[in-house]
Parts: sequence; structure tokens; C-alpha cells
Amino acid sequence: MDWDFIIISSVKIVCAVVALLTMVAYSVLVERKVSAFIQDRVGPNRTAPPLVAAIPVIGPFLVRLGIFQPLADGLKFILKEDFTPSHVRKIYFWLAPAVAMVPAFLTIAVIPFGSTLGKQNMVIADLNVGILYSFGIVSLAVYGIVLAGWASNSKYPFYGGIRSSAQMISYEIAMGMSVVPVFMMVGHLNLSEVIQAQADGGWFVWRSPMTFLSFVIFLIAAFAETNRLPFDMPECETELVGGYHTEYSSMKFALFFLGEYAAMIAVSSLMVVLFFGGWTLPFFGLNQPAESLGMGLLHIAIFLGKMLFFMVVFIWVRWMIPRFRYDQLMDMGWKRFVPLALANIVLTAVWMWWMA
Amino acid sequence: MSAPDLLFYLFAGLTLLSALLVVANPFSRNPVTSAMFLVLTMVFLSGLFVLLHAFFLAAVQILVYAGAVMVLFLFVIMLLDVKEEERRRIKAFSLGLGATGVGGLFLLIVISIFKGESGAGGYPRIEGSTFELGRLLFTNYLLPFEIVSVLLLVAMVGAILLSKKDLK
Repeated sequence: MDWDFIIISSVKIVCAVVALLTMVAYSVLVERKVSAFIQDRVGPNRTAPPLVAAIPVIGPFLVRLGIFQPLADGLKFILKEDFTPSHVRKIYFWLAPAVAMVPAFLTIAVIPFGSTLGKQNMVIADLNVGILYSFGIVSLAVYGIVLAGWASNSKYPFYGGIRSSAQMISYEIAMGMSVVPVFMMVGHLNLSEVIQAQADGGWFVWRSPMTFLSFVIFLIAAFAETNRLPFDMPECETELVGGYHTEYSSMKFALFFLGEYAAMIAVSSLMVVLFFGGWTLPFFGLNQPAESLGMGLLHIAIFLGKMLFFMVVFIWVRWMIPRFRYDQLMDMGWKRFVPLALANIVLTAVWMWWMA
Repeated sequence: MSAPDLLFYLFAGLTLLSALLVVANPFSRNPVTSAMFLVLTMVFLSGLFVLLHAFFLAAVQILVYAGAVMVLFLFVIMLLDVKEEERRRIKAFSLGLGATGVGGLFLLIVISIFKGESGAGGYPRIEGSTFELGRLLFTNYLLPFEIVSVLLLVAMVGAILLSKKDLK
């Protein structure tokens, strides 16, 4: 273990975390703008720091885009009173928001978000068991919600926590099994190898009907895992007031909120890596590791572009599709997706045996 | 002492400490606290696996035990009456039984450590890729592997049978 490695890894980690936090803040803005667009409204269009708005043309334009809205939101969350109700279990009440926030950040560690920059591979930890690591960490995310629901010590948050633990376990199984065909074709659990296989033989979404089915199951399970509509049972405003974060206020609430978006980013990047070729594009020689600095940056930009596309899909779906009922959700998880994913694995095995 | 050694003692100590806090926490008799410390134990254990270069086991340890089994534990605990559990007294008989069992097991392990000869250790090939692990499971260890899967199937069918109210 030499110092170069430690320093370069630290730089990568800091950059990734800062980029992730920025993206989280601005995806909240995108969410508000997209929802406004779908509901035929304007969305946030008047938050402006004092001097910037005075710049001619550019100033008012940026203000109308709502570029400064996340700053105002963040300030509001920090300055609001951080109220801890007297009936809660204090230690867990304080622990839960942190536990909800951390797993999404840890997942980023194994995602290859670019090819190379100079001599460095653009992945923080190139683990041999990359996908297992990310599933393991994603599965820890449920603790934040369950603990929040339990620690709040009141009815609706508790229902939220209970629902979430059952829902996330169920869909984790479907999610885990849906990606098995992909790894059967790659023959390796390393995420960089998955990207390499796609650079050589085409993206997995279109390569065969089995991997396309994998992608569909993974996408739907991803909605359930990140607690997004149409599967946001744990918070479900119409039934549970606010679900697990009913008793939370100020920055502690904001951590849940940010954790949800960070988890969306993590799952989106997983989808890009597993099914959409990661940082590769199948033309202009963009599926080879970069040789120059510019190409390296371009690869990172391609990756971010694909990821942002999935973020918009997440947000779009939230405002288009109504919520499922809880029994429908469990029904679909166990009776539809788990058998379908299992059949998909068997089908892929038979197909590979046939071709070989 | 090198960094891996230091990390080993750190993880081993933390594993033992959190495992102790699962069963004998002086500050809280709350089952949820015990469950959370059990999760911590699992996480530190997977740290030990990483130090042994068993990355697959480490990841699966977190995925299966910390991520799935313990969530179900929590699910069940939350549906129970936690207050009643907190009031329950420890009986001398069960304490003695537990102590005897743990003591016997400890003795067994210590004896086998001192009787065994330290060698170079086997199967360094498993390190890294999961390919070798899968190959071994389906060749050398096929029978144990199949028996375990049948055992799991039996347990699952049994659970379904027990949870059905009226049998036809």
C-alpha cells in the first residue's frame, strides 16, 4: 500500500461524493421542474441571490430556470427548528437519518463512472465481487427507514417502517435474481468486466430477449427499492400522513429526502453499468478505454448523461402513474417477478447451453 | 505490526464487543438494540473475511445476514411486545445451561487449536474470482451443497405448512 494509491483514491472519493451531493441537490430541482411541466405549471422561478439577478439577460434567465432554488432549500432546512418530540426513542431517532443516507453513498464506490483519466481507472474500488457488494450495501438502506419508523414511537411512522421492511426484502430478491442472466453471459461479477463485455458484444438491453426481461424486472424492482412512486408505500401520504418521516423536521428530514435521491442515483448508475454499457457508446471508437485526457472526460460525461436519463425516467414515472395498493405490490413482487426472474435464469442457461 | 494485523485485531475486538452487547448489554434490555448490535457483529465479521481475502464470503455475509435475515428479525421483533421482553428476568437455570454450552464449545476449539499443526493453509485459488468457488461447490463439495439445499427446501415447506391454519 503506497502513498500514491492512498492520495489518488482519496481525491477520487472526495470528487465522487461532492459530485453526488451536487447531483442530489439539483435532482430535487429537476423533480420540481418536471412535475411542474407535467402539471402545466411553471415551477420554482424566482429565487435569486441579490447581485446575480441584476446581471442583464443571463441573471434573469438563470433565475427563471431555478438554478438557485437548491441553495435556498438547503438554507431553509438548516435554519428550521430541529424538533425532537418527547415520545421518541432518542438514540435511534437520531441514528436513523444517518443510516438512511450512508448506504447510497457507499454504493458509488464500485461503480466505474469512466474509463481512464491519465493513467488512473475511473472507479474507486474495482472489486471482483462488485455487484454483490453493491447489492449488499443497497440492502442495508432499509435499516434507516425501519429504525425511523420504530423510533418515532407513533402509529403511522411505525406502519411505514413495517411496510418498508417487507417491501424492500421482497423486491431485493427479484432484483438480485433479475441480474443473474447478465452475469451468466459475462462470466464475471466485476462491474468493469460487465462494461467490457458490452463494449465487445453490444449492450445488454438489446442483446437478447432474456437480458431485456432482466432489465425490465430490474427497473421495476429499482422503483420499489428506492421507495419511489408507484411503490412509495412506506411514506404514502394519503394513508400514513408522511410514513416513516412523519415525526422528523429540519435537517433530519432533509437527510431522508437526500438519501432517497442518492439511492436513485446509485440505482440509475447500476442500471447504466449493467444494461446500457456504462461509459461506452457503440460508435466513433468510444467503446475503447480513453487514451487522451479529453476522451476520458468525454467518457465520464457519457456516463453522467445516461445516468441523468434514468433519473428523469424515475421522476417522470412518479408524476404519471398512481400508487399501487400494498397487497397488489406484494402480490406482484412474489407471484409475478420472482417466478419470472427464476424462469429467466433457466431460459438463459438453456439458451447458452444450446449455443455452446 | 503491519496494517492488516492491526486491522485484524481491530475487527476481532469489535466483533467480540458487539457480540457481547447482543446478549449482555448493561444499558438496555431492548431486543431492537440487541438486533442492531447483531447487525454490527455481522458487518465486522465480514471485515474479517475481507482480511482473509474471502471477498465473496464478505459480500454475501453482508447481503444475506445483515441485509436480509436481520431485517426479518427486526420485522418480527417490532411486532412483539418489547416492554415485556425488557421486564423478563434471566433464570439461573438457563444461564447455567448457556454458560456450560459456551464453555464446552470454547474448550473444544482451544484443544483443537493446540492439537492441530499450523500449516500453510489450503486453497489459495479461491481468492479473487468466484469462478473457482463455484467449480469447487459443484465438484468436490457437490453432496454437502445439495444436502444443504434440500435442508433449506424442507425448512421452507415446513414453515408454509405450519403457517397454514386449516389443513385439508
